[in-house]
Amino acid sequence: MSETTARKRAHRPPALLIALGLIGLSVFVIPLVGLLARVPWGNLPELASSPVVIDALRLSVVTSLTATAISAVLGVPLAWVLARTNFPGRSILRALITLPLVLPPVVGGAALLFALGRRGLIGEPLHAATGLVLPFSTWGVVIATTFVAMPFLVITVEGALRNLDPRFEGAASTLGADRWTVMRRITLPLIAPSLLAGLVLTWARAFGEFGATITFAGNLQGRTQTLPLAVFVALESNRDVAVAISLIMVAVSLAVLIALRDRWWRAL
Amino acid sequence: MPLLCRVTIMTLLALVGAGCAGSGDESVNGEVLVSAAASLTEAFNVIEDAFEDANPGIDVSLNLASSSNLREQILEGAPVDVFASANTSNMNRVSEAGAVAGEARIFAENTLQIAVPAGNPAGVTGLVDFANQELLIGLCAEDVPCGDFGRQALDNAGVTPSIDSNEPDVRALLTKIEAGELDAGIVYVTDVISTEGGVEGVEIPENQNVVAEYSIAILVDAPNAEAAAAFVSFVMSDAGQGIMGEYGFIAP
Amino acid sequence: MTHQPSDQGLDASFTIRRSSEFTLDLSIAIPRGRTVALLGPNGAGKSTAVAALAGLIPVNGGQIVLDGRALDDSEKGRFVPPEERRVGVVFQDYVLFPHLTVAENVAFGPRSRGMGREPALARAALWMKKLALDDLAGRKPGQLSGGQAQRVALARALAIEPDLLLLDEPLSALDVATRARLRRVLADHLTQFPGPRLLITHDPSEAFLLADVIHVIEEGRVTQVGSADDIRLRPRTPYSADLAGSNLLSGMARDGMVQIGASRLQIADHGLEGPVLVTIHPRTISLHRGRPEGSARNTWETSVTLVELLGDRARLQVEDPLALTVEVTREAVRDLELTNGAPVWVSIKATEIGVESDYPATDPIS
Repeated sequence: MSETTARKRAHRPPALLIALGLIGLSVFVIPLVGLLARVPWGNLPELASSPVVIDALRLSVVTSLTATAISAVLGVPLAWVLARTNFPGRSILRALITLPLVLPPVVGGAALLFALGRRGLIGEPLHAATGLVLPFSTWGVVIATTFVAMPFLVITVEGALRNLDPRFEGAASTLGADRWTVMRRITLPLIAPSLLAGLVLTWARAFGEFGATITFAGNLQGRTQTLPLAVFVALESNRDVAVAISLIMVAVSLAVLIALRDRWWRAL
Repeated sequence: MPLLCRVTIMTLLALVGAGCAGSGDESVNGEVLVSAAASLTEAFNVIEDAFEDANPGIDVSLNLASSSNLREQILEGAPVDVFASANTSNMNRVSEAGAVAGEARIFAENTLQIAVPAGNPAGVTGLVDFANQELLIGLCAEDVPCGDFGRQALDNAGVTPSIDSNEPDVRALLTKIEAGELDAGIVYVTDVISTEGGVEGVEIPENQNVVAEYSIAILVDAPNAEAAAAFVSFVMSDAGQGIMGEYGFIAP
Repeated sequence: MTHQPSDQGLDASFTIRRSSEFTLDLSIAIPRGRTVALLGPNGAGKSTAVAALAGLIPVNGGQIVLDGRALDDSEKGRFVPPEERRVGVVFQDYVLFPHLTVAENVAFGPRSRGMGREPALARAALWMKKLALDDLAGRKPGQLSGGQAQRVALARALAIEPDLLLLDEPLSALDVATRARLRRVLADHLTQFPGPRLLITHDPSEAFLLADVIHVIEEGRVTQVGSADDIRLRPRTPYSADLAGSNLLSGMARDGMVQIGASRLQIADHGLEGPVLVTIHPRTISLHRGRPEGSARNTWETSVTLVELLGDRARLQVEDPLALTVEVTREAVRDLELTNGAPVWVSIKATEIGVESDYPATDPIS
């Protein structure tokens, strides 16, 4: 074997790896191609601008962003507690937080209904005291999606905090920084890449949520019918609308992920 | 079946789509896959047992979901033997696509009833209450037969409803009403009976009500056409009709 | 931010139970303007001591008092958190904040203590100038060499104008050549720092050169306290005795010879020129009854001034013309009849003499 051939050989990945990789790639590409093949390109602008689609898109964007924000505000402190404190039952708490990742979303939605519904454990006294009804409302969508998506944020941030060299925070405090300053100027900036990754995963999960939403928040155009629900309903009535909505979801997701490029992926 | 199971199974099945394939055995043996509307759950479960007792060689699998969902599955090529739809329009669409072998037959009728949680906490007396914005009202989604019929009934009563949720099938709707999370919804008479006291029914007067015609047919691509035929015969027989009647269905 | 400390320095006497097998028991007093070294092997408890003095861990017993103010008092239950102590720490591996520039790192302390951004950066600029870091102000820690990082860490600690300066193995992360250069820089800045200074190290040369008083610590306990000479010449434990380079001398090198006082030693390195530090391990010095034969280049006649028996070994002192500590076996002492005053020939191989360039303070560093 000549030297150049040998060098080329050394740089090319083994054939088996390439083959398996291609098969893996097709798992992602083929359904996407199947979808694109069904798109009624001619009618697309009209379909995409119909009220059903506009309402669903608006709801999806608003609720997924809200759910992400709530997940951040509540999830970061929770991750901090899990990573930095030591108390009996901590592993149980962590298991509980991971539960929504494992449960079928519909089960999650049902659980939310039992807890926060009008006859729910907490929902009933809440309703009696304030008249507040959470299911079948847009806030219900936010709650359902937060429930399934927040674990992503907590887990990502907890991992980052654990991996952070505690000496940075120690050094900062010897220099005179109080706990808030340490958090603000040292901890958060150092975990920022992971935090961003966590936010992206959380948003993606919230954006695509179906089971918990339809079970807890119900399905009503303009109030609770997010894009995934709209697709589900449209599949039975108007296939073209369903495909148009699916395309929109793919487009929005791709736009977000491409805009972030590799910045969030690297931190995982 | 407990609430949790019902909700889970309904939606999971709806999402999964095509049911299991038949064994391909052509004698009056083997498996029969029956796609039946959700409102037929209890009745068809009993029919399944009775039919299997009478035909020991045949194993019936029930695929229960909203008729519109089932229609889509069949149109996409799901290997189904029998289709039992809660209305004729879904059956017609299947038939127009050339998927029906022979003729579809009406095997039962059903009428609508208002379902309210046990004790009727919101004091619903008729369709007129459906316009009340303070109440939490649910209907089946528009394309689902009971949703379509429900809207017709409301139309007949001249009521513009204030809807809070469009549930994907009648069982999901029933579940939420039974749990007290919705104040009222429109379901079939048979559904109210099936909850055995879980929900109460409020009559819809005949002049507002709608008659749903349940239609059954063997599919052209049925993997086990002979067994399918046997099943359909059983449903149309006195035995089958008797069971349907027990669950509140009206003879055609 | 004016601060009027009293003259008292550091007065700490405490215990920390790190595990069921290890307790650190330390009593240490450092007056203002003095450097004390805590010298010991890894695992002796040195880093635990630093953490306790910095306030990162509490003591289990005893107290830490700085300039008359109790920072940690286990009986009275008083504990001052690290951010409120005025202790400047130079950490092993420096622990510079990777996401901040050099200037921001140095300004971090003053800013955290309430200074505004501009004044803090001005204070940082002052210290960076003192440590020749001006050009590096905009760089990130990842772009610095070991020596540069060390100076930034020092500047960062000094910028808060602390009452106590702690240096945890400040030079151990550096290669030998850089270490030698920076030792002098460090020595200068230490002497300029007005408060008490504690140097933690496992390198005896560092301790000998930088500290006024050395506490030798082994397994959580201080085994000897004394000046560099005390430790070198009169070690109390095998570890102290083992401290490499126990003979440490300054001289001038030229053409393969080193001039130390009136004596000249032959060394192996012919390239070295100028001021040097010479280390000769006591074990590498041979003693003979009469003039020795053989390849050793450095031989002379002298007499034994002190004999100390330490288990299987013996330490002897010779003084004229070079004061050296020699280590031989007990048997050798007997066989050679080495007693106080006995005449003896000393022989040292040129290759056994360790020589390092010694940098004066004005040497420019990169």
